[in-house]
Amino acid sequence: MIAIIDYGVGNLFSLESSFNAIGYDVKVTSSVEDIVNADKIILPGVGAFGDAARKLRASGLAEPLLNEVKHGKNILGICLGMQLLFDKSFEYGEHEGLGLIPGEIVPIEKVNQDLKIPQIGWNALIFKNQSKLFKYINNLDCVYFVHSYYAKCTDKYITAVTEYGSELTASVEHENIFGCQFHPEKSGAVGLNILRAFCEL
Amino acid sequence: MITKRIIPCLDVKDGRVVKGVNFKGLSDVSSPVELAKFYSDNGADELVFYDITASSDGRKLFTDILRETARNVFIPLTVGGGISSVKDFERVLNCGADKVSVNTGAIANPNLIAEAANLYGDQCVVLSVDIKRVNNNFHVFARGGRDDTGIEAIGWVKKCVDLGAGEVVVNSIDTDGVKRGFDLELLAKICDAVNVPVIASGGAGCIEDFIKLFKTLPKVDAGLAASIFHFGEVKISDLKLKMRGADIPVRLLIN
Repeated sequence: MIAIIDYGVGNLFSLESSFNAIGYDVKVTSSVEDIVNADKIILPGVGAFGDAARKLRASGLAEPLLNEVKHGKNILGICLGMQLLFDKSFEYGEHEGLGLIPGEIVPIEKVNQDLKIPQIGWNALIFKNQSKLFKYINNLDCVYFVHSYYAKCTDKYITAVTEYGSELTASVEHENIFGCQFHPEKSGAVGLNILRAFCEL
Repeated sequence: MITKRIIPCLDVKDGRVVKGVNFKGLSDVSSPVELAKFYSDNGADELVFYDITASSDGRKLFTDILRETARNVFIPLTVGGGISSVKDFERVLNCGADKVSVNTGAIANPNLIAEAANLYGDQCVVLSVDIKRVNNNFHVFARGGRDDTGIEAIGWVKKCVDLGAGEVVVNSIDTDGVKRGFDLELLAKICDAVNVPVIASGGAGCIEDFIKLFKTLPKVDAGLAASIFHFGEVKISDLKLKMRGADIPVRLLIN
C-alpha cells in the first residue's frame, strides 16, 4: 500500500485517482500506523510553506515519516511536498523544513518585467542527472507546474530542471528520497508514467 | 520554455454537454466524461467545464460528472458557472476541480475573489470576464453576456487581479461566434494591464487565428474555444503541429 499523507492541506482526490488509474493501491491517511505499514510514502502539498510545515508537525506525522524515510522507505514529495523535504524556505519569512535533502526554497527570480509569477502551465523537463523516475519518459517531455518558489540545492540532487526565466529545479533525487516540483497527477500520460516508475521502485 | 495552452470549453447542462458535439468514435458524444477523455488523449492542455444548469438537481448531476471526469482525466480542470460563494468553490474543488472561475458572482461581490484566494491560493481563482464595446468603451457584461453592467473592463480586470485572481479568461462578446479571429485589440489592452496568465476566448474560427493570436500577442498564455473543437473544424493535434511549425512553444504528446 502507498500512503498519501493527509495533513490538512489541499485536495487529494486527483492524486488518489491517478494512482488508481495506474493500478496501485493507495490510501489517503493521517494515521501513524498506515505510514509505518506503507510500502511507499507520498507527501503532497499546496499553499504556503510555513503553514504546511506547521500543519505537518502539528499532525504528529512528521516524526514517524522521518523515521520511516531514514530507515530506507521511498518517499515522493509533490509540489509543496517536495519543497518540505528541504532544510528551509524563505516564503513569507524563514521556515524550517524536514531537512531530508540539503538546500533551501527561494522565490523564482523575476529576470524580466514580463515574467509572470507564479509559473502556471506546461513546461519541458530538461534532464540533468539520471533518475529512476524517468524510466518511462523522455527528455523534454512537458509537465504541469504551478509555483512561485523553487528548490536551490547542489547539482547532484537535481535530476531535471525547467526553463522559466532561469533554470528552476523541477525534480530531485537523493537515495530513497524523491521530489517533483510539478504535478504528476495533472501532467497527463507523462505524469502517470513518473508515478508508475515510483511505484515500481 | 513554458508552452502556450490550448483549452477546449465544455458547456454542461443537467450533466450533459450541450451545443451538439460531432465526433466520430465516441459512443456518447454528450457525455462530459468521454469528451474530456477524448480531448485529453488528443492533446488538450486543460479543460474548462462550464455549468449552465439552473436547478439544484442539475447541480448535483454536475458535481457527479465532475468527480467522474477527475477520476479519469489527468490534466488541469477548471470549473465555472454559478460560482457565487466560497461554498461553491469548496463544492467543486472537492469533486476534483483544480481551478474555479468566477464571473457574475464576482461582479455581485468582488470580495469573493479575495476570500477564495486567501483560502485556496491565487492560482485557484480564475476571473472570467465577458467584454463588449459600448460607445467605443469596453464594458463588463454579466449573466452570460446579457446585462451591461456599465463597468469599465480594463479597470475591472486590474482590480480583480489585485484582489487575488491568478488567471484571467477574456471573452470578447464582439468576436464570439463570428469566427474571424480573436479580439486582439482588447487582449492587447488586458495584457498591458496585468501580469498574470491571460486566456483568450471568443472568435477562433481556424488554426491561423491561433497562430495570429500568439504571434501578435506573445503575452497571451492560452487560447480557449468550444464549437470549433467540438465540431472537429480544428483538431487540437493539427493545431499544435502548426503552432510548433510557426515557432510557438507548444506541448506535443510525442516529442
